[in-house]
Amino acid sequence: MRHYDQATFSEDDSPVYERLLSEKFGTEVAVEDTPLPDELTRDTLELPAPAEPELSRHYVRLSQQNYAVETGPYPLGSCTMKYNPPFTEDVAADPSGMVHPDRSAESVQGNLELLYQLQEYLAEIGGMADVTLQPPAGAAGEFTGNRIAAAYHEAHDEGHRSEVVVPDTAHGTNPASAAMAGYDVVEIPSGEDGRVDLEALEAAVGEDTALFMLTNPNTLGLFERDIEEIAEVVHEAGGLVYYDGANLNALLGRARPGDMGYDIMHYNVHKTFATPHGGGGPGAGPVGVVDELTDFLPNPQVDKQGEDFELVEPEQTIGKVHDFKGNWLVLIKAMAYIARLGDSGLCDTSASAVLNANYLAEQIDLEIPFDPFHHEFVASAGDLDASNMAKRMLDFGVHPPTTKWPEIVSQALMTEPTEAESKQSLDQLADAFNGAFNAGDEELSSAPHRTTARRIDQADAARNPRLSWHALDDE
Amino acid sequence: MSRSPFAPNAEADESAMLDAVGVSDVEELFDIPEKDRFDGEFDIEARSEPEVKALVSDMLAENDDLTEFMGRGYYDHYVPSVVDRLSMRSEFLTSYTQYQPEVTQGFLQALFEYQSILVELTGLPVANASMYDTASGLAEAALLASRIRQADGTVVLIPDYVRGDRVSVLENYIAGHDIQIERFATDDGTAGLDALEAAIDDETLMVYVESPTTRGTIEEHLEAIGDFAHDHDAMFTVGSDPVAMAILEAPGDLGADVVVGEAVLGMPNAYGMGLGIFATRDDYLRHVPGRLIGIGDDQDGNRAFTLTLQTREQHIRRERATSNICTNQAWVALRMAMHASQLGPDGLTDLATEMVELPRQLAGELDELPGIEAPVHDRHHFREFVARTDEPAESIVDELESAGFAVQAVDEHELQFTVTETNQHAIPDLVAAVEEVVA
Ligand SMILES: Cc1ncc(COP(=O)(O)O)c(C=O)c1O
Repeated sequence: MRHYDQATFSEDDSPVYERLLSEKFGTEVAVEDTPLPDELTRDTLELPAPAEPELSRHYVRLSQQNYAVETGPYPLGSCTMKYNPPFTEDVAADPSGMVHPDRSAESVQGNLELLYQLQEYLAEIGGMADVTLQPPAGAAGEFTGNRIAAAYHEAHDEGHRSEVVVPDTAHGTNPASAAMAGYDVVEIPSGEDGRVDLEALEAAVGEDTALFMLTNPNTLGLFERDIEEIAEVVHEAGGLVYYDGANLNALLGRARPGDMGYDIMHYNVHKTFATPHGGGGPGAGPVGVVDELTDFLPNPQVDKQGEDFELVEPEQTIGKVHDFKGNWLVLIKAMAYIARLGDSGLCDTSASAVLNANYLAEQIDLEIPFDPFHHEFVASAGDLDASNMAKRMLDFGVHPPTTKWPEIVSQALMTEPTEAESKQSLDQLADAFNGAFNAGDEELSSAPHRTTARRIDQADAARNPRLSWHALDDE
Repeated sequence: MSRSPFAPNAEADESAMLDAVGVSDVEELFDIPEKDRFDGEFDIEARSEPEVKALVSDMLAENDDLTEFMGRGYYDHYVPSVVDRLSMRSEFLTSYTQYQPEVTQGFLQALFEYQSILVELTGLPVANASMYDTASGLAEAALLASRIRQADGTVVLIPDYVRGDRVSVLENYIAGHDIQIERFATDDGTAGLDALEAAIDDETLMVYVESPTTRGTIEEHLEAIGDFAHDHDAMFTVGSDPVAMAILEAPGDLGADVVVGEAVLGMPNAYGMGLGIFATRDDYLRHVPGRLIGIGDDQDGNRAFTLTLQTREQHIRRERATSNICTNQAWVALRMAMHASQLGPDGLTDLATEMVELPRQLAGELDELPGIEAPVHDRHHFREFVARTDEPAESIVDELESAGFAVQAVDEHELQFTVTETNQHAIPDLVAAVEEVVA
């Protein structure tokens, strides 16, 4: 079995963890002699005050205690943790693009041209008529899509439509976004084959249906072969169909949501288009719509008139969904990535992603109840606890899959290696899967052993929330 | 088919893999019905790395190189190089949400430290690990208010000075809920206490004010506004930012139940990309949107960091989650914590002090000129102020743009000027240009 170690540190002989900034450098200063009257100002401020060399060491050490795509395979299902090419960082750092969001359109033609180009790329890739780049993440895109659907129904005197339908395999953000937009969520059980059950869908939709949300391939990695019938059922009932773009990596260049009957979609550019996930964000969640819905897009849209780019307000716009223009630096990187790959590179991306998932699946001893899958598969840990298995995989030096979701696979391990892994690293991942799967109970429940921290008492963390160093003062 | 440069399998590996899977061609692995296949072209030409760099830099070079004196909720502060160097480390940049805390202690600790810095600045004990922006934070505050006091009022009171775009985002978030927005008048650039008193009643769900405000003024009566709100059982939400809070009395100490705003630190001007802060009281802990980093002992009894209270979140609670947010602005939060620590409390209070002095200085100089009066409001200012002009503001903006400056028109005869350490050097040139234009 292959192993490679996590970086671990010991400071003195006690905890492996580096001390907090506050413990090392906490400094309180008096706030006085400001030009403001005393009654408006605070008395003291306590913050860390490391000298810059100390600051550097602090964060370099923290970085060494962090797993990332560039430290090893990261097959976190649904998250598409692919390689983030560094040239996109250089491109995004161009000082010419670093402008205030309220600049006049005439004075930022460069930014607008880039955004327009990205709108065009994404519209083409998704088969949509137009795209807004404003939503700052996938979930924000879903919310935007829900608002567009609401505006559309209202414009057609169908404002009473109060329900959004999702399959039980939907990502948590789908129902959460619908609820945030004020919709009641109706969940339908998947069919035995792991896909949408047309009968269940027919029974669920009706005159209250505003929207049906569905990713494709779905979260089991299966292509929804009935997608056109599905769209027809929803359209018949007067609803719209939403594509959750989290799984677009599987379709790049081979199939387009807009051609399958979807009306609205978001793109997770931090997944499909390789912008780095940054420890949780930022991402961007552009939203594409078909012709009938372009008037409802958020304000403003970038448009081209002759040689000039302008900001225009769509006629029946839902208004704004971000304070300014969304996550600009992320959008630049996505645009650069697409321009680098072009048609052929995009098409190869989906091919390699699907081959990698299928190859990895072939190498592991776990059962995979649903197939044929594409860029990801959901394996079952069987009698084992999937979280325990994941913890043991950490000891093999790899990041484990997404665990215990979707729930229709018992003890699910949702695995998405992406196109960025080589055969060799897939073999290593397979070793980790099999090593953990074939481990004994004791070995699993005591894992991980070789990581910076051992298993953490989650119940205690939640029961006794300590959310800042102020809460540690008494310890 | 030409290969993606970021898919490393060599051809030999690929055929071994195809063999292992038992197909002869990768196309056989796609279970997509013929009718759903896309057989067209995107017509996107593949480019080399230098070609892409040239493509983008040629585009961005089309921007006019203007010296900006712009703000109204988005500000440019100098971000030290050390922040770029450290935050760009790929261990940070290319990781994701810390679902496996045992191998992501580094980022978790950094976010814990970010939360702590926010707790200190806001005076509130709970800060989340980021929202997208101020607007979504404000919207989440309104939704939190309605969850907590479902039975009572439904009206969110917002002063006139709040940016229209921000209100528009809020409108989207509340549209599907029984919440309404009511604006109330300002009094010389800050929240009008009389107008607020007239507007507030038991229908009020939440009162929102900003300090500094969108017009650059500092609210002088936060405590009284908070009392009004609490007298009607309404929630009190304050918009502010970490630089201002370094010297202003902490909103939490003045009765704020929620603090939202732009982090401002850590992110230079990036066409509006930033980070929304969100802090609140302990009472609302289980209603907080977004990620929270806490502490738990590990199996060896060591202190360890972890995502906590995840049962609030969408991946567990689905449609009953406190929010839909998943991917957030964590990397910007990391940068914010780095920047704040690099400044330290002395550096940060010095910066904040400058942000009071600089607008005073610029307003004073502009006020000397004929045709312009500055500041319009007889208030303390932070970073920015509104000026009144004899000539129409829009035409002044256009002329200043031709002269190489970007400022904001906020009304027919009102301009807004924002000054920080990054554009301070250009004050003399700006004043000369304004003199030319307004004369
Ligand atoms: C299937 C699916 N849908 C939606 C989302 C939400 O996207 P984001 O995290 O960008 O908000 C995710 C990812 O986290 C996802 O995996």
